[in-house]
Amino acid sequence: MNLRIDAEKKQGSFLLQVNADVSGERIGIFGRSGSGKSTLVHLISGLLEPDRGEIYLNDECLFSSAKCVNLSPERRRIAIVFQQAMLFPHLSVKANLLYGYRRCRAENRNIKPETLITILKLQPLMQRGVHNLSGGEKQRVALGRAVLANPRLLLMDEPLSALDDTLRFQIIPYLKSVSEEFGIPYLFISHSILEMQLMAERIVVIKNGSLAETTTPDQLARTSMAQSPKGYLNLLHLADPVQNNGLYAYPWGHNTLLISDGEAKGKSLFELSSRDIILFKQHPEAISARNLLECTVTELFRSDVRVGVVLSANGEKFVAEIVRSAAEDLNITTGSTLFAAIKASSFRKLG
Amino acid sequence: MTLTPEDIAAIWLSLKVALTATALALPFGFAIAWLIVFRRFRGKVVLEVLINLPLTLPPVVIGFFLLLLLGKNGWIGKLLDASGIPIIFTWKAAVIASATVGFPLLVRSIRLGMESIDQQLIEASRSLGAAWYDTLATIILPLSLRGIMAGSSLMFARSLGEFGATIIVAGNIPGITQTIPLAIYDYASSPSSVTMALSLCMVSVIISVVVLIVHELLGKKLHRRSAL
Repeated sequence: MNLRIDAEKKQGSFLLQVNADVSGERIGIFGRSGSGKSTLVHLISGLLEPDRGEIYLNDECLFSSAKCVNLSPERRRIAIVFQQAMLFPHLSVKANLLYGYRRCRAENRNIKPETLITILKLQPLMQRGVHNLSGGEKQRVALGRAVLANPRLLLMDEPLSALDDTLRFQIIPYLKSVSEEFGIPYLFISHSILEMQLMAERIVVIKNGSLAETTTPDQLARTSMAQSPKGYLNLLHLADPVQNNGLYAYPWGHNTLLISDGEAKGKSLFELSSRDIILFKQHPEAISARNLLECTVTELFRSDVRVGVVLSANGEKFVAEIVRSAAEDLNITTGSTLFAAIKASSFRKLG
Repeated sequence: MTLTPEDIAAIWLSLKVALTATALALPFGFAIAWLIVFRRFRGKVVLEVLINLPLTLPPVVIGFFLLLLLGKNGWIGKLLDASGIPIIFTWKAAVIASATVGFPLLVRSIRLGMESIDQQLIEASRSLGAAWYDTLATIILPLSLRGIMAGSSLMFARSLGEFGATIIVAGNIPGITQTIPLAIYDYASSPSSVTMALSLCMVSVIISVVVLIVHELLGKKLHRRSAL
């Protein structure tokens, strides 16, 4: 998917001025609230007309003030998943799901309702009224409804913001799987760096109504490390632990991690804040932290007054964070060997 | 309670006028409310003022304006006269008077219903492939049904009570243009007809209560349906 946008829109005293050319299947649009992300969504989907400029999706002109082209929203084939599920309250779950499908031309109907219902596990919800669904279920139906419209592009406008943490990480696999399974590229809009890390491969950063930079999720997490309350979030996909004295021992490459908040079976995703890792120059004799990893420093990066230390423990990489004076005291350079101590309770299970 | 054949004719005529006025105004009321709520255009304020004017103007003034417009020398009256369609002093004039006076109430209720629809529902519908008229029919119309019902019953009730504008454009001809309020007015001016006036008042009360009950029941049913 290629999206070229060079557009301007003034709304009251706010001016959105974006000039971007992005390609990829999983694009993130990152920005703090009020930065203009939602306006951008409206411009791309055709719900709002730019004052001037042009928007191209895969070389098809969606809008051009010079050529007087402005494709109406229904002809753009860009479906939106909103922050709130926005299910039509007067229609059943089934009628909601099929709303876009029924309006899609026969030659574009590549995704069949039965397949989607199976993938999103919607079968048990089909007979229920939309008012009897939980927040997560509603969002799943909304996602299904958008996908069944067989769009060329899916705009996910902060679809996880209204959900609590548990639900959020239950929905993420669905969001990713429908896009991969049916080959629909998406724009994922969010102000959460963690969600960007989980959902996007390329990120467009919007600041004060204009494009600040195009970056990768990892780079974004690194540059925001100092400002972010949780620092840099290391995401670990771990599976099949062995229970050990009330803790879960997860294999992590050739290492073993002891984690308090584990799950007896299957795969789990954990976050580990760069601020929860203590670094030692020498092997500490006795510590209460249950994980001590011998690591090599592979890279150092700066984020404001802090230094990010990229460590490799038997080939598994993660980022620890220290203040600049600590980096100088320990004389840390690329290639030095360090010991990283992590408490078993520092790992937070996400899903 | 005693009712003369003229009284019964007045009751039927009242119902006929109110029903016709409401049915006639409904599509226009819906369209105007939609324009005001969802469309951006120049002169919206002027339109809103014009629509609401009958709410604040004395009905007699409206009746007089209608008379000027529909009378033999009025703009519309001339055209109608040439086509051989008499309006003034017929029950059709009573319908036009009622429709004009009740119209702002209808528009207001539908507008309130439409304004309570989340804008994102409309955006969702458009982005799912529905053209504006499709969204209007499948999302806006069903979601403003409560407003439409409330507006219709309000307008129906207002039409039943219409007096000032009606007496000017339709007159007070028993059996032809005499509605319940006009008949009561006639009875009230002669001291011997108090019982007759009271009978018609009772009928008025009964019709009003029935309208209110139907309005409540429909409202509840629609609420239940949307809560399912």
